[in-house]
Amino acid sequence: MAKVVKPSVLIKGTKDGLLFFLDDNLPFSIVLNELKHKLLHENASHIWNGPDMRVQIKLGKRQITRREEQDMREIFSFRKNLHVHTLESDGVPYLLDPPRKMEMLTGTVRSGQVLTHRGDLLLLGDVNPGGCVQSTGSIFVLGALRGLAHAGSDGDETVIIAASIFRPTQLRIHNIISRPPDEWKESENHMRFAYIVKDQIAVDKMSHLSHIRPEMEWKELSRRFG
Amino acid sequence: MGESIVVTSGKGGVGKTTTSANIGTALALIGKKVCLIDTDIGLRNLDVLMGLENRIVYDIVDVIEEQCRVDQALIRDKRCEELYLLPAAQTKDKSAITSNQLRRLIADLRDQFDYIIIDCPAGIESGFQHAIAGADKAIVVTTPEHTAVRDADRVIGLLEKERIATPKLIINRFRKQLVKDGGILDVEEVVSILSVDLLGVIPDDEQVIRAGNAGEPTVWNSGSFAGKAYRNVARRIMGEMVPLLVQEKEPNMIGKMKKWLGFA
Repeated sequence: MAKVVKPSVLIKGTKDGLLFFLDDNLPFSIVLNELKHKLLHENASHIWNGPDMRVQIKLGKRQITRREEQDMREIFSFRKNLHVHTLESDGVPYLLDPPRKMEMLTGTVRSGQVLTHRGDLLLLGDVNPGGCVQSTGSIFVLGALRGLAHAGSDGDETVIIAASIFRPTQLRIHNIISRPPDEWKESENHMRFAYIVKDQIAVDKMSHLSHIRPEMEWKELSRRFG
Repeated sequence: MGESIVVTSGKGGVGKTTTSANIGTALALIGKKVCLIDTDIGLRNLDVLMGLENRIVYDIVDVIEEQCRVDQALIRDKRCEELYLLPAAQTKDKSAITSNQLRRLIADLRDQFDYIIIDCPAGIESGFQHAIAGADKAIVVTTPEHTAVRDADRVIGLLEKERIATPKLIINRFRKQLVKDGGILDVEEVVSILSVDLLGVIPDDEQVIRAGNAGEPTVWNSGSFAGKAYRNVARRIMGEMVPLLVQEKEPNMIGKMKKWLGFA
């Protein structure tokens, strides 16, 4: 006799569409496997190939990461008629790590001036030699970075510093200080960024950032379950 | 109602006083009534460049301490009817005046003059703070060197903090030849770092030194390229559109020969 197990994925039909209740006691990967099984199973395929349907997902008390949300949306994307409309957790935001807010500021940071900021900073303007930008998050300069940039000043080592024209006099991330080599030329036309690797600041082309920080990379939804 | 313009730079020796004297004279030659104020108390130079040192009886500190009237201290230029100089005191120091006193003095002079050119001392301490206090506009002088550009940048930041209308830039002692071999910064580089409007580029010209020592600003010399550049700056201050020309003295015959033979 098989033990009666409470299904980890419960589906209810309402006049507004489908409600998916995902169990919040089991590990999320098991819930996702069950969801995948229910949506992709050959025998069930006739149920799902219907008209377009709104899907509301109830996560119970669970909060999920962006990565988990992405994985779940990928599973739903296999059924073209299912449109994930809302995600909800009971009384809390469904995302465990709300997206970091980036603040945008404009103006030139001139010699002797210090711009201090909390969080990620997008500066539309130049940082001149002798000027300083300090932030607890990442620093992005849409302009020329010719002065000092200090990112992650509160101890965050995952932050990066990037600039359209990357000619800093000095770079600091967390408590690591680095001075760019003298042989850099302004003519180098790749946009670059600085990050910490093995307790040292490294500088790389912007196109390599997705390898270094794969979790930040955007991805097109694939049909890998098809 | 006159306009007050402070000429400043941060770094010393880039040509603030020379620029003040020449712009002031050039504006007066166009027919404007101009007052030059030397605020470099203790290290006055503007009177020497103008050749007016021996006419000083009263100075700016006397005016502020009410030892004399303003018109007693103003010295009329030797050649120009419409050009006046208010000299700095040589025996006092920067603490002899305050920002407010200078602001009031300039407010008084506004009624009598079209332009009031304030020659600022080097540095960013009290002397600088006093000099910019009464100014409506600012001209920042720099040379195409990293040190001067760095200091000019700092000064522009301070001027913006004081809410003086966007400063204008003069690049002084520019040498085309040195830019070509990468020895100094090019005009575009300086402007892109400082990101302010360019008012003029003054070529390096030994005539400026000669004229200064002779006590007459180089704008009087019609053959001088620097003088012409200063006259153009004056016209731009008055709102005329004047194309930017960076002219330099043609090399002389021997220089041409050397170049021709490949020695220079």
